[in-house]
Amino acid sequence: MLLSDFERIFEPLWGMTGSRWRVPQRRTEFPPFNVWVSDDRAVITTELPGLNPQDIDVSVIGKIVTLKGCRNSEELKNNDTYHRRERWYGSFNKSIELPFNIESNKVSANFGRGILTVTLPRAEAEKPKKIEIKSE
Amino acid sequence: MQENTQEIQKKEVESPAGVERTKDQKVYMPAVDIIERTDEIVVIADMAGCDENSVDITLEKNLLTIYGKVLLEFDEGLKPALFEYGTGDYQRVFTLSNEVDREKIQAKVKNGVLTIILPKSAAAKTKKIAVISE
Repeated sequence: MLLSDFERIFEPLWGMTGSRWRVPQRRTEFPPFNVWVSDDRAVITTELPGLNPQDIDVSVIGKIVTLKGCRNSEELKNNDTYHRRERWYGSFNKSIELPFNIESNKVSANFGRGILTVTLPRAEAEKPKKIEIKSE
Repeated sequence: MQENTQEIQKKEVESPAGVERTKDQKVYMPAVDIIERTDEIVVIADMAGCDENSVDITLEKNLLTIYGKVLLEFDEGLKPALFEYGTGDYQRVFTLSNEVDREKIQAKVKNGVLTIILPKSAAAKTKKIAVISE
């Protein structure tokens, strides 16, 4: 599912709060993403502890990035019992739309310490160009 | 699955009223699974951003404290656009019963998941009492 229009409209406001630690209190589809942007790229990070890089699938079409993956629950033997069971398990499939087209063959994804970082360069043709103003 | 995961939010550690941390940073409670096996208790904690060098486990009397420091690599020149999760250190404290063999506790971290193995002491393992019917 894509971010709803409501979220897209209010996105810039959250970016302007200035505090790196502020998290809006609202329902988010799993897994939660943090997104940073600059003129030439966007970076998405998400916490996926316990997965291996081969369990995660990143795909890009146009402006849309999709992450898919799966984490299995712990295997229990005969006499094993849970005292607590708080960790998530199962599969996820989440897409997000960026404000620009992505140069899909230059996308890089890095997974370390349970955090996935996807770097998405802006399509070359769409990069902002500075226009010189000539005086006559 | 979709239903379960939509509600997943990181929980902050509650500190006593009026007590503040010196660092202006949040501390989260890692989600844990605790499994009791025949001869050990296994604690599994989700601590994304931690590795074997940034996790501290201390055992004082019967308090087992897990603390994970998260180092954030921040790329200059990028502006935040969307924040769905907060980042900060992890902390959680458990009380252990006497049945744990303290000398043989093992811990490892892989892909941001901490696994602590608490072997049961020999005394605890042989405590089973047979019930006889008359």
